[in-house]
Amino acid sequence: METFEPWSPARAEQIIAPHLSREGALLPILSALQETFGCVPREAVALVAHALNVSRAEVHGVVTFYHDFREAPHGRRVVKLCRAESCQAMGAETAARFLLAALGLPTDAPWGGTTPDGAVTVEAVYCLGLCAVSPAALVDGEPLGRLDGMALAEAVGA
Amino acid sequence: MIRLFVPGDSAAVAVGADKVARALAGEAARRGLPAEIVRTGSRGLAWLEPLVEVETPGGRIAYGPVAPGDVAALFDADLARGGAHALRIGPPEAHPWLAAQTRITFARCGVVDPASLSDYRAHGGFEGLARARGLGPAKTIEAVTASGLRGRGGAGFPAGVKWKTVADAPGDSKYIVCNADEGDSGTFADRMILEGDPFVLIEGMAIAGLAVGARKGFVYSRSEYPHANRAFQRALDLVHADGELGAFDIELRVGAGAYVCGEETSLLESLEGKRGQVRAKPPLPAHRGLFGRPTVVNNVLTLATAPWILTHGGEAYAALGTGRSRGTQPIQLAGNVKHPGLYEAPFGLTLGRIVMAIGGGTASGRPVRAVQCGGPLGAYFPVALFDTVYDYEAFAARDGLIGHGGVVVFDDTVDMAVQARFAFEFCALESCGKCTPCRIGSVRGVETIQKVIDGVDVTANLELVEDLCHTLKFGSLCALGGFTPYPVMSAITHFPEDFRAPDTRLGDIRPPQGGEQGLE
Ligand SMILES: Cc1cc2nc3c(=O)[nH]c(=O)nc-3n(C[C@H](O)[C@H](O)[C@H](O)COP(=O)(O)O)c2cc1C
Ligand code: SF4
Ligand code: FES
Repeated sequence: METFEPWSPARAEQIIAPHLSREGALLPILSALQETFGCVPREAVALVAHALNVSRAEVHGVVTFYHDFREAPHGRRVVKLCRAESCQAMGAETAARFLLAALGLPTDAPWGGTTPDGAVTVEAVYCLGLCAVSPAALVDGEPLGRLDGMALAEAVGA
Repeated sequence: MIRLFVPGDSAAVAVGADKVARALAGEAARRGLPAEIVRTGSRGLAWLEPLVEVETPGGRIAYGPVAPGDVAALFDADLARGGAHALRIGPPEAHPWLAAQTRITFARCGVVDPASLSDYRAHGGFEGLARARGLGPAKTIEAVTASGLRGRGGAGFPAGVKWKTVADAPGDSKYIVCNADEGDSGTFADRMILEGDPFVLIEGMAIAGLAVGARKGFVYSRSEYPHANRAFQRALDLVHADGELGAFDIELRVGAGAYVCGEETSLLESLEGKRGQVRAKPPLPAHRGLFGRPTVVNNVLTLATAPWILTHGGEAYAALGTGRSRGTQPIQLAGNVKHPGLYEAPFGLTLGRIVMAIGGGTASGRPVRAVQCGGPLGAYFPVALFDTVYDYEAFAARDGLIGHGGVVVFDDTVDMAVQARFAFEFCALESCGKCTPCRIGSVRGVETIQKVIDGVDVTANLELVEDLCHTLKFGSLCALGGFTPYPVMSAITHFPEDFRAPDTRLGDIRPPQGGEQGLE
């Protein structure tokens, strides 16, 4: 389970500073911010833009381009569930439906999401490189394979 | 002292390897046996993971798949001496699945301690780099050219030609960029190298740097690989502290979830800190790549094969393979297959042999129906095409691709219309947005296939899908849009029975689990 710090501009400046001398620093900075705060809050965009001397639009464009960056932190537990072909072939969708139903999350578009109590976030990912042990997921960053719905629900205590 | 080997590979960890390692350590301590547990990479026999090996005077003995609950019984069975037990496999190298392979790129994976430079050196590590230093840049490139090594990331471009182009390009600084974005579903070979033999990639990058005159390398990996990124960063730290690379520096960068960033120009944009939008070519990255400088962009496997080629000579590598596909391909078997894992073999096997003899058919025990080769942009092959020879040209001749070497097996419960729809969904989700056919056409594709599935104007809508595919194929800047027609059209061409009006669709007379295979 990850815990995140509340947003703090001073803390953000601290995180940004060591990256400023790197070539192509924007992505590492955004990732580092998200690691600390659990998201890239709107306030961070202006801060990063200023630090790198680029426009806010440019930073915003980058934040929105990549699937990983989020505006609000995810739930206390995070399940990144693979929905790509190898896992499909091994029944990932059935497992996913079981988990989502157990958590009361939507199984149709928009698929997944965060439970209202903020306990669990379920996100779709497309291949974790764990295809030889499909179906696979990352639960709080830990790899899990040969999953079924029960195992998944158990892993997040649903 | 008992020496045990337990994979730290994330696929092994995903099925309990960490728990097994802890159980082994605990049980050894309880019995007062001093034990060392080495966390190796994976041998690639995924259905036997967690695979535990023990060092004996006669060599290593393997047991698998081991669950934490088996550990006490293994010790009772004299694990330390490789004693008999129901899970005993014997010497891993003698296992038929491993014995039949030609391990070049993966020679050390699963064998060595990926966190030990001395172990790497003891297994021939850095010999290729030493050889390259002796040969000098021109002869190093010659060796790679003579090997016939082609890019393993998907496009199959000759590595030697690329290196020569960068070497000849004028530039005050040049870069080696390793493409470790491995986004193709059904593939995991890059990850296995990052985790199981990271030094071979580092050595390969240093060789490339020497060959083209680059002093800086970047490895662009993906955020979906947290485990691999930690393992590779650890290896980088060890090498940097060791000083083996001299002035050559390597930095690990991690993407942020965008499949298209595996495309080399999009990757370069991302490394520069921008949106990962595909660049128009020319200029080629070899001429104007990262920060406008001449840049080698190569896949992990391409670079990780260079040390072997330098050590053994280009001719030795070229002696393997078939036609214009020289050397070996680390084939990644996945999906509904009995024996999933990594199988490295010279090009030239038939697809049928790979799926049936090596893969052992389906895991479910049902008949094989379709095999998707080459990731999400690759074609679905029916059993009728199992005589296709595994080589770049033979696959292309059948409107397919080898890509990064993924082979994903589906049994007869698969609904190919759902798979075709997924191909469009994936394209829509991951499009970089630059080309209209890719950005908009993919969404149209999802809607249109849905109409076919719903039995609405099936013939007209299938024609529309075909038109869309034609537009995508010829109106896309990169292979994300350009190759999405492969999975779509191969599904329609080879499995037409899944694209009929509902009352005649095979999907509806198959058992109920059939409809749940794909995505809604
Ligand atoms: C949409 C798309 C995704 C790609 N993803 C990867 C990838 O994940 N890894 C990779 O090595 N090449 C990928 N490629 C191919 C690269 O563009 C490029 O050809 C390759 O990195 C060159 O290295 P190689 O010659 O060693 O294969 C992708 C191409 C496209 C069009
Ligand atoms: S085909 Fe798609 S992903 Fe490729 S450049 Fe065009 S819009 Fe971007
Ligand atoms: S397809 Fe699911 S982990 Fe690769």
